[in-house]
Amino acid sequence: MTTIASTAAATSARSASRPIRPARILLYGALSLGLLATLAPFAWMFLGSVKPTGEIVANPSVWLPRSPTLGNFEQLLSKQNFGVYFFNSTLVAVTCVAGNLLFSSMAGYAFAKLEFAGKRLLFGLVLTMLIIPGVTTFVPLFVLVSNMGLSNSYLGLILPFLVTPLGVFLMRQFIQDIPDSLVEAARLDGAGETGIFLRVIVPLCRPPLATLAILTFLAQWNNFLWPLVIAQTEDHYTLPVALALFSVGANGTNYGLLLAGAVTVVTPIVLLFLALQKQFIQGIANTGMK
Amino acid sequence: MTSLASAQPASSLGAGPERMRPPRAGGHARRTLIAWAFCGPFIALFATFGVWPVISSLSMSVTDITARDIRTPFSVNFVGLAHYTALFGDPTFLRAAANTLYFVAVGIPLTMGIALALAVALNSGIHRAKGLFRVAYFAPVVTSVVAIAVVWRYLYEPDGMINSILAVVGIHGPDWLNDPNWSMPALILMAVWRHFGIPMVIFLAGLQSIPADLLEAARVDGATRWQAFRSITLPLLRPTTLVVAVLLSIGYLQFFEEPFVMTSGGPLGSTTSISYYAYEQFGFGNYGMASAASYVLVAAIALLSLLQFRIFRAKA
Repeated sequence: MTTIASTAAATSARSASRPIRPARILLYGALSLGLLATLAPFAWMFLGSVKPTGEIVANPSVWLPRSPTLGNFEQLLSKQNFGVYFFNSTLVAVTCVAGNLLFSSMAGYAFAKLEFAGKRLLFGLVLTMLIIPGVTTFVPLFVLVSNMGLSNSYLGLILPFLVTPLGVFLMRQFIQDIPDSLVEAARLDGAGETGIFLRVIVPLCRPPLATLAILTFLAQWNNFLWPLVIAQTEDHYTLPVALALFSVGANGTNYGLLLAGAVTVVTPIVLLFLALQKQFIQGIANTGMK
Repeated sequence: MTSLASAQPASSLGAGPERMRPPRAGGHARRTLIAWAFCGPFIALFATFGVWPVISSLSMSVTDITARDIRTPFSVNFVGLAHYTALFGDPTFLRAAANTLYFVAVGIPLTMGIALALAVALNSGIHRAKGLFRVAYFAPVVTSVVAIAVVWRYLYEPDGMINSILAVVGIHGPDWLNDPNWSMPALILMAVWRHFGIPMVIFLAGLQSIPADLLEAARVDGATRWQAFRSITLPLLRPTTLVVAVLLSIGYLQFFEEPFVMTSGGPLGSTTSISYYAYEQFGFGNYGMASAASYVLVAAIALLSLLQFRIFRAKA
């Protein structure tokens, strides 16, 4: 933070003393143009969701709805159990966040500060799993979960994502940078490993825990391929599954209704992002830097 | 490491090792037990849902297993590398490999270029609205691909918004998603839009770690902005660039979500990627071919990452 602040101060001092204004205006112009292009699909989605069917299919397309309506949303709520899907999405995402925070920080502590046989081999496995594509494990995982009798259940949706190699990797990297002397001091004071973990390590781990919480929530909220094959009845659908199934077949071009569905899926996560923007952005930037 | 370090002072204290060892050894075993307890839940879940499926798919890739053999695993025969050789004789797979290469070769430089340009612009001393720009440019990253697919399919309609805008400047836009020549560019554009925010914030973090006085000094010495960027910023940004390149390679080589939700690999196989091919083969019940294809992908990811490490290390 201090480096950011000082760079900003230095650059603002520089720009104040420099007379070249046109370059600055050009820069703002280009950035604003890019901004418009980036946000256009969002605008199109929100505007489209309140257009009546006649305006949706109008050619040439119109930007602003002439007679905005909430009809699409009403139809969506009456025909589809979006309340249930919303609850399922939230339940799965929150449980996965809790599991990842707890199990990854515990394992991260063991990998960073404790000694045990097989540690190096195990951590090597964790690193290898970071580059294994999802499609590689998809079907064996499906067969496994089905054989466990967990298809079409919350456990089936949650268990495969309760821990991730990325989570353990993140926590281990951060905990490793915590000085050994802190751990040793607590140990000399008679603290057990559980005490050290809870009272020394966890309180210091707020930044990576926040990052991990956000990454996990984001991944699970938007996850669709796994829930698509596991959730077989409506009472277990998550929001993306409902939207994906809804958008194939007869409704495939009913854009008003589909856009209303898209708004329902995207709005909660965008609001969460706006509320926690610093943590989101820093979290993802830090993950890249580690 | 710690066990080694703690063992040394014990013997150098001069106290009888016979007296010291039993409690030490007990402590050691206890510590191992505690360490395993800390790792336990992770190991159990990771082994079951992470490692086992990998072993399972690896063994599928060298056997003649199909969907029918799932219940009778002992009727499966070892076929060695037959699936791998069959893959490279399958025109559909070769097409998928070429498509994946197309996506990666165009998508990665495009994403990196846009991300770097925006990061540099956001770091070039603007502070008014910087936060707003950063948040807005990052917003596509958090969206669900299923929801976004709805919007982009609508945008890409022959008489949709994108072609309406093109018509204003006199261009007759193609039927993006149904034209084999334009389907891939359409998906690349969408993927770049969805992903550039991540490398952008990584580049921003990298740029902010470059001391401002270094660039200041170069400017005082008469270097132009471009020269300072070329000979100071870019070289100092090399570790960041490596990270971004590797992350994007791992992500983009797995190209799957866009064709899955937008085109189903079509039209005429023009957007079928290796991941999508593997997924389709799984669907057909050809587990061996599907697993083999996914391991070709693993090899490609490992190779490309290694290559990038080599290149960037050599230059550094």
